[in-house]
Amino acid sequence: MKILVAVKRVVDHNVRIRVRPDVTGVETTGVRMSMNPFCKHAVEAAVQLAEKGDVSEIVVVSIGPKQSNDVILTALAMGAHRGILVETDAALETLTIAKLLAKVVAEEQPDLILLGKQAVDDDSNHVGQMLAALTNRPQATFASEIVVKGAELEVTREVDYGRETIAVPLPAVVTADLRLNTPRNAALPMVMKARSKPLAVRPAAEFGVDLAPRLSIEKISPPAERVPGKKVGSVSDFAAAIASEVNEMEAL
Amino acid sequence: MSVLLLADHDNGALSPATARLVAAASELGAVDILVVAENPADIAAEAAKIAGVHKVITVVAPATAETITNSLENLAQRYRVVTASASSVGKDVIPRLAAKLDIQPVTDVVEILGPNRFVRPIYAGNALETVTDPQATHLLTFRASAFRPAALGNDAPIESSNLSVTSAAKFLAAHRTDSDTPDLATAQIVIGGGVSVGSAEGFQLIEKLGKTLGAAVGATRAAVDAGYAPNDWQIGQTGKIIAPDLYIAIGISGALQHLAGIQGAKKIFAINSDPEAPLVKIADVALIGDLFEIVPQLVAELERLGLKR
Repeated sequence: MKILVAVKRVVDHNVRIRVRPDVTGVETTGVRMSMNPFCKHAVEAAVQLAEKGDVSEIVVVSIGPKQSNDVILTALAMGAHRGILVETDAALETLTIAKLLAKVVAEEQPDLILLGKQAVDDDSNHVGQMLAALTNRPQATFASEIVVKGAELEVTREVDYGRETIAVPLPAVVTADLRLNTPRNAALPMVMKARSKPLAVRPAAEFGVDLAPRLSIEKISPPAERVPGKKVGSVSDFAAAIASEVNEMEAL
Repeated sequence: MSVLLLADHDNGALSPATARLVAAASELGAVDILVVAENPADIAAEAAKIAGVHKVITVVAPATAETITNSLENLAQRYRVVTASASSVGKDVIPRLAAKLDIQPVTDVVEILGPNRFVRPIYAGNALETVTDPQATHLLTFRASAFRPAALGNDAPIESSNLSVTSAAKFLAAHRTDSDTPDLATAQIVIGGGVSVGSAEGFQLIEKLGKTLGAAVGATRAAVDAGYAPNDWQIGQTGKIIAPDLYIAIGISGALQHLAGIQGAKKIFAINSDPEAPLVKIADVALIGDLFEIVPQLVAELERLGLKR
């Protein structure tokens, strides 16, 4: 089985983000960047499948500026075999990303495509599903468990009511949720070794996909600030405050 | 005919969030509802009662990403807007549909500013994006919690479609958490417990307070990871996003990823032993002390006040 994993470079999830005062976006210069956490779970899932055998190659792809090489190297250090950077400095929409990935899929012909369920910057949760549609494959989103059964996967998904298990025939697209696994931190020798693994850099323009955005972003603004409240001294005061809130609630 | 709304359902019942989604969708035009289910009749009958619904369309099929996407794709050309909840189903199908129709979707909408202007949170609610969508057809998902529900008292016609849809993916089994508490994503009151609750038994205290107030019960990621509470209770950036009128946080210090999930709460109350905890600092009302002493007293006090909901 050949696996393609798509990963994204985002503002590190431990950084408290700051909206630019001119409301054009979120400040990313001089901010720590790293691999989107959900993408790490996708890479880890691929590496674990390879450790169980039956995986011929793990190819990792990222789309973004040349610094996105860093997240590809992280994935190579975790155990992926080969990297592809589709290089662009433009902020691409999710549908454009999915179309570029579909071109990579057409070239690479993977049996399984793994992605994170969403990126923690734009929180879109689109690309896996879009890529599944564009490549005409079934999808198993929000995966918390993947079991290979011959030419089929049994995937347990995190859904609103709890979890559900579905069977998808390969080739398929699976998106990773948090409980799928615990991503490894690559040891130093693996990090050194990653630098000698093949990494192809290809300009986004060479794929023949229209990169122009469809939507126009008017502004990015900070949420309304919360004003600090008061501390009460006793349980009965706290209960009274709850009671007063409940009495003010609009009946549904 | 202008807006098509996909109805969520579970265990043969319409999702209680549907009335909120109808209210949101109604801002954009007359709403038709689509129900895809193996036995859609009862679900459709519930949906037909919601004010503002013009028509309910049913498709008989097991509800998978592919059957729902194919149903929507078949109907989409008749509509200017196709919408769903930003639930696990809506998130699964709307992007798939978007790629089939070659439309860039706008998802997790929390505010409608005009026929094609929408606000959506990014960076887990730490920033808000205002977008204009110039495409001829809009594909949207709404955060149900951001909208007030439409009233009941309608009797919209139900039309069964003879669409035949298939799916390569097959449903095998559901694993659900049994609970009679309200749905976290749409509850008016939510009680959340943190890792300081200490154990699954400790969470029974939180649940008892939840029952007293008719509230939904949730937990932080740390409490879920520690095994004190089930997965689907998790509130936060990577769990459920809540927007209740009142959120009561018990023993929760307020990690960034948890705070991101409660941005939409109108009022936040906190019980914590640490007066310097980030969550205590943003709380509207805070009580400092030992939760194991406070919570039982609080339940007794609320019962004495006769606060029945």
